[in-house]
Amino acid sequence: MAAPQIHVNDVARLARLSLTPEEETLFAAQLGQVLAFMEQLNRLDVSHVEPTAHAVPRLNVARPDEPHPSLTHEEALRNAPAQTNGLFLVPRIVE
Amino acid sequence: MPNRLTLSELVRQLAAREVSAREVMEACLSRVREVDPHLHAFLSIDPDDALAQAEAADRRLAVRPLPDDQPLLGVPVAVKDVIAVRHHPLNCASRILGGFISPYDATVIERLKAAGAVVFGRLNMDEFAMGSSTENSAFGVTRNPWDPTRIPGGSSGGSAAAVAADECIASLGSDTGGSIRQPASFCGCVGLKPTYGRVSRYGLVAYASSLDQIGPLTKSARDAALLLNVIAGHDPRDSTSVPETVPDYTAALAPELHGLRLGLPREYFIGGIDPQVRRAIDAAVSQLQALGADVRDLSLPHTEYAVAAYYIIATAEASANLARFDGVRYGRRVDGADPVEMYARTRGAGFGTEVKRRIVLGTYVLSSGYYDAYYLRAQKVRTLIRQDFLNAFESVDALITPTAPTPAFRIGEKAGDPLQMYLSDIFTLSCNLAGICGLSVPCGFTDAPRLPIGLQLLGPPFGETTLLRIAHAYEEATGWHCQKPPPTPTP
Repeated sequence: MAAPQIHVNDVARLARLSLTPEEETLFAAQLGQVLAFMEQLNRLDVSHVEPTAHAVPRLNVARPDEPHPSLTHEEALRNAPAQTNGLFLVPRIVE
Repeated sequence: MPNRLTLSELVRQLAAREVSAREVMEACLSRVREVDPHLHAFLSIDPDDALAQAEAADRRLAVRPLPDDQPLLGVPVAVKDVIAVRHHPLNCASRILGGFISPYDATVIERLKAAGAVVFGRLNMDEFAMGSSTENSAFGVTRNPWDPTRIPGGSSGGSAAAVAADECIASLGSDTGGSIRQPASFCGCVGLKPTYGRVSRYGLVAYASSLDQIGPLTKSARDAALLLNVIAGHDPRDSTSVPETVPDYTAALAPELHGLRLGLPREYFIGGIDPQVRRAIDAAVSQLQALGADVRDLSLPHTEYAVAAYYIIATAEASANLARFDGVRYGRRVDGADPVEMYARTRGAGFGTEVKRRIVLGTYVLSSGYYDAYYLRAQKVRTLIRQDFLNAFESVDALITPTAPTPAFRIGEKAGDPLQMYLSDIFTLSCNLAGICGLSVPCGFTDAPRLPIGLQLLGPPFGETTLLRIAHAYEEATGWHCQKPPPTPTP
């Protein structure tokens, strides 16, 4: 069986992840191998099996909706790479 | 040298005033200064904060009677760099967090502090807990205290090395596919991955949310029970935490195992196991029988599919969880002409190679056209793997396997081959996929070099009591857990 192709450049763009040309080449080769290894899952017939998202499923979990103290404005901004007027500062989005 | 004590012995000595909390903390800090320049288990420590906490503990220890609700009063516990401790750094051994300071305590840290523990240090790990060797840390590898040319395991390599080298009394790690149990095995300590939902994940930086659990790394099974007593329990802030009663995990510890039924899954005893590991596990099985356990063979037929299913599910969840590291609200930022360019540059510069590799893989298996073939299929295989375990636990109380197929490997040995590195987790991954509990306990050594070997016990959901009972009886009979690495690791 041919090793599956992974177009690393396209996938990295979806993930908002800039890669160097060296990383793209390396990952294409390595992840091709990993995906070929994963082909073994096709040997199993899973047509009548339900998927498991959580091993210990809990449904409709809610906690009491009670007000309580949370982070102060100052604490929430403390780790910000850029801020102004008490807000997170990002590059201009709308001209 | 009180830093060498087990947690349970230290608690006794603190209560009897044979040692003070400050003396213990100073002994740990002194040990760190002595060995950590070689081992690099810690990324950072605030000694003044640690000593201030110890002094506060001493003031409470001076008042009698001692408080019933502070079972860890004065005990130094170190923490993996993936768990939030208020006003301490949190980097996940990554450059992308850029000097992040936690604004709040994780629930496990709140519980440790409330129990009187002295919470100190940031322990090294594979970046974002992605790895099996601690070589993926952005801040340098941790060395194995038994042989500094070897890795300590991972991803909680710093947590295991620090306990094995007596730099702390106990530590916390996290386990997504074996990241507590495998380093515990490689460093010769006890590591427990609790049942999914047993311990709150609030304040644990998420890698793969449906697999992650926090757990203790300790010098004995009794110590693991004492720590689990404190950190386990329901937390309304983690919607996946389970409102199941927390027993006293020390109550069932006994020196024998009469009436216990143990299973040997035959899929864990096929080719690829180091012969010395195999010999140690066989001897451990005989020892468990001598202690009164009934041992039988059984089958977990879908075991061979666990690695493939795991690396699809874990990377898929990781690609979603790590989307939050975009340079907007915290951490490092690399500027761009627009926000999307800023995200991509920030993430490209901030994440290490293995993290990028997993984000690419995870994004791919979730992407349009591949979702059904990879992610959905892996989730269905996960159902089969979980069902294997639930079937097995209808006829046995716990399963016995090696924790890892080999002892600790050499630094650099697998670093260039991701698939070989992924296969080193072959015996630990299924436990996380099934959501059950698992524990690694020291069960002997290889000959030359002398490296620890771990015995893995797997139990049904909320079966921690049984695993701790087995590990404790085994320790009492063998004493492997009392062995210490060479006093000073030579670089």
